[in-house]
Amino acid sequence: MIVYLLRRSAFLLVSFLIAMVAIFVLLRLLPGDPSNALLSVTATPEQIAAAQAQVGADRPVLEQFLTWFGQLAQFDLGESFISSLPVGPEIAARLSVTIPLTLISFAVALVVSLVAGVVAATRSDRWYGILISGFSQLGVAVPVFWVGILLVSVFAVGLRWLPSSGFPRDDWADPADALRSLTLPIVTVALVMSASLTRYIRSATLDVMGSDYLRSARAQGSGYSEALWRHGVRNGAVPVISILGIELATTFLGAVVVESVFGLPGLGSMLLRAIEQHDYPNIQGVLFVSTLVVLIIGFVADIAQRLVDPRLRLSISGNR
Amino acid sequence: MTLLSVSSLGVTAPGGRALVSDLSFDLAAGKRLGLIGESGSGKSVTSLAVTGLLGAGLVATGSVLLDGVQVVGGAERRLVPLRGRVASVVFQEPLTALDPLMRIGKQLAEPLARHRALRGAALRVAVSEALAEVSLDDARIARAYPHEISGGQRQRAAIAIALSSRPQLLIADEPTTALDVTVQAQIVSLLDNLVEARGMALLFISHDLAVVSAMTNDLIVMSAGVAVERGTVAEVLSAPKDPYTAQLVRSARDLDAMLGER
Amino acid sequence: MSATVIAQTIEPRALRPRSWTLVVGLVLVGAVVATALVSLLWLPFSPEDTTGSRLEGPGGAHWLGTDRLGRDLATQLMIGARIALLVGLGSVAVGAIIGITIGLTAAFAASWLDDTISAALDVVIAFPVLLLAMLIVAAQGSSLASVILAIGLAMSAIVARLTRVLTKRVLAEQFVTAARTSGTRWPGIVVRHILPNIWPTLSVNLALQFGVAVLAEASLSYLGLGAPPPNASWGRLLQEAQGTVVTAPIGAIAPGLALIALVLGVNFVADGLRDVADPSRRRSR
Repeated sequence: MIVYLLRRSAFLLVSFLIAMVAIFVLLRLLPGDPSNALLSVTATPEQIAAAQAQVGADRPVLEQFLTWFGQLAQFDLGESFISSLPVGPEIAARLSVTIPLTLISFAVALVVSLVAGVVAATRSDRWYGILISGFSQLGVAVPVFWVGILLVSVFAVGLRWLPSSGFPRDDWADPADALRSLTLPIVTVALVMSASLTRYIRSATLDVMGSDYLRSARAQGSGYSEALWRHGVRNGAVPVISILGIELATTFLGAVVVESVFGLPGLGSMLLRAIEQHDYPNIQGVLFVSTLVVLIIGFVADIAQRLVDPRLRLSISGNR
Repeated sequence: MTLLSVSSLGVTAPGGRALVSDLSFDLAAGKRLGLIGESGSGKSVTSLAVTGLLGAGLVATGSVLLDGVQVVGGAERRLVPLRGRVASVVFQEPLTALDPLMRIGKQLAEPLARHRALRGAALRVAVSEALAEVSLDDARIARAYPHEISGGQRQRAAIAIALSSRPQLLIADEPTTALDVTVQAQIVSLLDNLVEARGMALLFISHDLAVVSAMTNDLIVMSAGVAVERGTVAEVLSAPKDPYTAQLVRSARDLDAMLGER
Repeated sequence: MSATVIAQTIEPRALRPRSWTLVVGLVLVGAVVATALVSLLWLPFSPEDTTGSRLEGPGGAHWLGTDRLGRDLATQLMIGARIALLVGLGSVAVGAIIGITIGLTAAFAASWLDDTISAALDVVIAFPVLLLAMLIVAAQGSSLASVILAIGLAMSAIVARLTRVLTKRVLAEQFVTAARTSGTRWPGIVVRHILPNIWPTLSVNLALQFGVAVLAEASLSYLGLGAPPPNASWGRLLQEAQGTVVTAPIGAIAPGLALIALVLGVNFVADGLRDVADPSRRRSR
């Protein structure tokens, strides 16, 4: 396990470096150079040169990369081209919306789908088991923003129970107020996520129920639920853990859509605006933080999976 | 009262296809019986029907009396006390029959704790005794996961688990099929000795005439879910009445001859 | 003799419980395809026709009513079907060509190159298709072609990884080793042995990716990064209808249902295809 930890950590580091290079290269491919964002169409050549010098676009690409990377190593993400505000604090403020949104939705979806998935598998002959299976099919087909639009129209505009969009100006100063703003977004994300998670948990439960080891445990006098609890939970968890990692990462990165629906000042909407404004430092900063989060989620999921299943410790990457 | 009494047992698949039909036999305490037939002949399904462990959708009819309790249509809570204590099973594929995520020692401790009410140090001693009984003396085996030991060791562990509850009847469902030929012989003789020493009854299921005749004297030949022949090994070998049995005997002889020539 | 009897008793039972997904899937996808084909020949109104009264309800000349500019919703939906199918097919084609090429390269390459490609793919796959497509669209500027290219590129990593795994599995088979030792060159092996063997599994995955692509395009359009007007993408219809969802709910409901019908239909077809390709997987899903 220690060998695995070391190898997996090295893999984390290497993939992070690859990702950073990829982000940098991708952004150089954007039409024009970063200085365009600062200028109007009527700019004189002198103004263009000055702007290029300001953002460092006049220097060689490798030098630009090393400068950026050196700053990153000191957790300095630079300043926005547009607002001149430092990127780091802006991202931190945005995360105070996106992280609670992601984690709470994830927790709600996990609880709902665990119950629903096990019920769908064990009661596949009852009407409610079939109903759950049917609903879980919708998970991959329903766009998140559509669910959001419908929920807003019913619960915010129609019934006026909750705010339809926005987030308190003073952030979490009044937690109840902030949570009220996040309720509909959380329900939206959790609804869609639990539908797709239910499919995986149902299928893992079915695999466990049909397994030989469960039958042998029962052949030695173990009751069905005892055998399911002792042997089924761990075995069923192995495939589910990697799915959970992927779902969590997807939700974190996919927050851009739900943040748009509900007008939330999160990381996703920051990225969207930065892309529209060609605000390179902001784009790079958001991607840097997102990549870090996603790679760490993958790292934790892989470690957790190998703690449960010793057979996997022989292979290095996420796929078995 | 006979330990196991099967009469007119039938098992049907979800589509209504009969996997076993009209099968009857008795097995008294301490006696042995072989069930032989090709794959798909219904012999493994029979072993599951006897212990009430048929998979979802499979339906049993007729009667199976295990220690006087009706297994066919019996409530799960009445069957659970029978399993392990009265009848225990060794399955064909130890790699999947053992929980892949649990150490061997812990899997063995589970039935020991349940049936013999052992805890703590006494349980640990019982685990290593049970492993020693199947010639797994290496202390590392108890700490190993199933994938970390050999196929023969896994089957020995599975036998230790099946015997840990001190059953009156051991059902061995193709216990050597997944193993190498040399390991097969070791497992057969291990089972033979253990069943003899404990005075257990044995229901031995196999497709291999040579293996069955090493274990039992009485056998039933099954084909397409029906018992086509029954009698002692000598009777079946010398005068096979059914064409399928004749073919089985012929191929066993060919194999013997081939092995003899080497 | 007995084999035929068994085959006859097994087949109808095996196909019946799951075949409804294939039928329902084909009906849903067929409806969208038919709508798109009709839209090429005939539309109830011109897409730029704003003569209708604003936010009209369903019924009358405008079957599904009008949007806030007075345009006919049914017309917009029909054009949306065309765009959804175009983006789905186009992205899958782009993703398949690039992904299969990378996957085959990795599978045939020396182990250091294989490891490098696999590690890079693992990193890319950790990001959702939508996010990657957002960045590529940002680099390319929004047009229908760049949306297709972006989604195709983003999904190519998933296709590449699957192709690599499947190819490695086929390469380990004895008949391929036999072909290799008998001197067949790798293009021959790819065409004769690899592609026919990996295609059943790969095509099911590509069908699923079609659904992912359609949803990604809708999300891009919703975010304002999709193809610009007059491409009436369902995602853009939803974005435009969001503000008037209470006064004219059909404008928000209809495009959403159309999206679900297409994506669900494609997924059902993929499930059905998988059952045909690999009957042993039927239960566990």
